[in-house]
Amino acid sequence: MNVVVCVKQIPDPAAPGALDPGTKNLVRAGKLILDDSDAYGVEMALQLADAAGGGEVTLVSMAPNGETSGLRTALAMGAAKAILISDESLAGTDALGTAKVLAAAIKRAEPDLILAATESTDGYTGTTPVQVAELLGLPSVTFAKKVEITGDSVKVERQTEAGFDEVESPLPAVVTVTAGVVEPRYPSFKGIMAAKSKPVETLTVADLGLDAGQVGAAGARQEVTDVAEAEARSAGEIVVDEGDGYTRVIAFLEQLKVL
Amino acid sequence: MSVAKIWVLAEVADGAPITTSLELITAARELGGTVEAVAYGDATASVAATLGEYGVTTVHDVGDLAGSLPGSPVAATIAAAVAAGSGPDAILFPATYDGRDIAGRLSVKLDRPVLTNVVDLSAGDGGLVSQHAIFGGSQMLSAKFTGEGPQIFVVRAKSFAAEPSGGAPAAVVAAPAPDTGAANAAKIVARHVEERSGPKLDEANVVVSGGRGLGEKDQYALIEELAGLLKGAAGASRAIVDAGWVPYSHQVGQTGKTVKPTVYVACGISGATQHLVGMKNSKNIVAINKDQDAPIFSVADLGIVGDVHKVLPQLIEALKARG
Repeated sequence: MNVVVCVKQIPDPAAPGALDPGTKNLVRAGKLILDDSDAYGVEMALQLADAAGGGEVTLVSMAPNGETSGLRTALAMGAAKAILISDESLAGTDALGTAKVLAAAIKRAEPDLILAATESTDGYTGTTPVQVAELLGLPSVTFAKKVEITGDSVKVERQTEAGFDEVESPLPAVVTVTAGVVEPRYPSFKGIMAAKSKPVETLTVADLGLDAGQVGAAGARQEVTDVAEAEARSAGEIVVDEGDGYTRVIAFLEQLKVL
Repeated sequence: MSVAKIWVLAEVADGAPITTSLELITAARELGGTVEAVAYGDATASVAATLGEYGVTTVHDVGDLAGSLPGSPVAATIAAAVAAGSGPDAILFPATYDGRDIAGRLSVKLDRPVLTNVVDLSAGDGGLVSQHAIFGGSQMLSAKFTGEGPQIFVVRAKSFAAEPSGGAPAAVVAAPAPDTGAANAAKIVARHVEERSGPKLDEANVVVSGGRGLGEKDQYALIEELAGLLKGAAGASRAIVDAGWVPYSHQVGQTGKTVKPTVYVACGISGATQHLVGMKNSKNIVAINKDQDAPIFSVADLGIVGDVHKVLPQLIEALKARG
């Protein structure tokens, strides 16, 4: 069973973010790493392919500057190969544009299953995987807490407000996974060495047969009109616990009439 | 391109429209023009009166989905209305599991972009202007769409207050979904309701949340116990959801729920910007963390620099003793 995992390579979330003052796009210069959220998708894919008796896990990623470091991390975990779409004209692409790019690349891989995170850590729009499913005419099951393949369908426990639903879908399908759905493996040294020579196919917008007008800032058809500092919340009282800190909490709650 | 007509997705749970949908209907009303709703399931007729009280004039009823997930069929209904010329200028979706799915599929069907994580909306030149909290909520970004076509927004809970305006019951119009074939092939085969004692996380008056400072999964029991004693809900930082200690449904933050309780008690949570976004508008914040430099203390009204493993059990004992 062949699985595609959509992965995003993002600036380190520990570093402060910034907007380009001219374009108002998120600055994505410098080193990009594998989004933590995607480690779960990669691990899930590896486990499902294994349980199905074999198959390839292919990564698909759209990133600037031919970036591959995040891909190498996922390849080191055990993915077989990667498709990277990198093109200057993709700067400023929104979720829908990204979905068009990813869908066009995924079509080339013809997978049985497509996995992704529920949202990325840096952009967190949260719609791209479902947009990919719609573009490919496929069913989708989002917010999976548990995923199982049985024959040519996928069974998912899908998070809901009230608990969870058991959802079944024929393959091929798009499934998005929540964090904690599996414990991602640490790449072994052997895996890291092997990853260096695993194939990464790099494609441009033209290679995918897409119109430049559908992607990039022009294709996004949205613009930033203002960025302003938010109202800061000031700190209140800070107390060092010397065995009686809890009494301050109780007094605070009493004063608020919560107790 | 003015916004003469706004549609709001009216999600129904436990026989009533969800609070976030009522918040969006209130907002839509204040943005002027006609407000209509789109709903699915078998309870639409029974919520028409409530929707009307908040200003909805017509509710487009997709009806029972026969086990399908709502994404594909509801998006198809809305797209059909747009194609027929009877659709809205803007559509507001609550940021729920299903709201996001429907909005995403609709954006492809209409070939229109979607703006998510909206926390405010205002009428602008030729359309709506949305506000978004970025960089952990330290900055607010305003955005708008360009080009022709319906404007699709996914709005976070608690961005607006829900206020009825006393209108007549909404007229219910049947709007069954066109067939979408393979895209609609996923089916719900069973629904599980997890026993929840206490209020829902995004509606609770008191939220007690735990983070990595708890040390290990078993310690989350302290959070649940304290939340129970305060008649509140238990939440979590992303770190412990990622670690598999609690499910994603408990997550408060940028990629989780937004909460605005009367009191938010953050236990063993450092206060990373992505968490703050989900709770910094709580009316009162109490933080317990052993690191005096933890960023959570910069937003806490009462900060206790101490070990959660000492403070929480003491707090719990004292609350139990009060009876």
